[in-house]
Amino acid sequence: MAEEAAIVFDRGRALRMLVVPALFDEANRLRRQTMELMRRLDRLGIDCFLPDLPGTGESLRPGESISLDDWRAAMASAAEHFRANHALALRGGALVRPNLPGPDHAPVKGATILRQLLRMRVLSAREAGRTERADDLLVRALTEGIELAGYRLGPAMVAQLEAAMPDEGRPVISQGDIGGGALWLRAEAGEDPVQADGLAQRVAAGIGA
Amino acid sequence: MNIDIDQSLRQILADVLGLSATQVAAFDAETGLFGHLPELDSMSVAGLLTEMEDRLGFIIEDDEVDGELLESYGSLLAFARAKLA
Repeated sequence: MAEEAAIVFDRGRALRMLVVPALFDEANRLRRQTMELMRRLDRLGIDCFLPDLPGTGESLRPGESISLDDWRAAMASAAEHFRANHALALRGGALVRPNLPGPDHAPVKGATILRQLLRMRVLSAREAGRTERADDLLVRALTEGIELAGYRLGPAMVAQLEAAMPDEGRPVISQGDIGGGALWLRAEAGEDPVQADGLAQRVAAGIGA
Repeated sequence: MNIDIDQSLRQILADVLGLSATQVAAFDAETGLFGHLPELDSMSVAGLLTEMEDRLGFIIEDDEVDGELLESYGSLLAFARAKLA
């Protein structure tokens, strides 16, 4: 874990929460909102830690070699490093979070993430006058890997995404619970203080902060 | 049921594009979408289609996505209704 960067609000308090980010393009679109959320968790008395996923952000590991299992291992080791006793997963983060108390926010299946990434690629190829089919891309991706939304996904990542499901036993805070439009669907990265308040308060209430 | 599809579709457009409830409530069959709404670029088209699949419960094939599908609110709604018919 030592070689990966993290954003940290640590005041040595009893509640220590690992924040597992959304995956791929959604991580970019939620980056600012995730910071807004962490500032509020801090104000609510919760220490919180947002690690980079290996192969993304400031990480030096090449994306091609990374699988969901690597992200699971990295999140588990981050939880240990920061002595986290709670976790909060955002969107696809639910697929790689450690099994600590705390909710998933708007969890998503790996297959849906993959479908969305493939569709973005097919549509942008079409705008450039090229015809690609998501089905064909997927078949090839499973043996050769693929570049989607600027991320290089190796075959193991593609196969694991297809199969990965959030754990249905965990508490969920849905977008409908918070209200407003989902920021991970926006073309531009944005932030929404009202949504950040709503999510932070629900997270805090759910873990008895 | 048709009313529900209409309302769900307006809600999806509001969520995906960050439009206000008032703005999407004012959409009629002729309201232009792709090329008319600055919020709807090729990346948000992908989000819109995936969100429609998740919330309305059908699969949209690549070859069903053409210029006509997103031409107007009416054409998108007709597509969703045909999918669920």
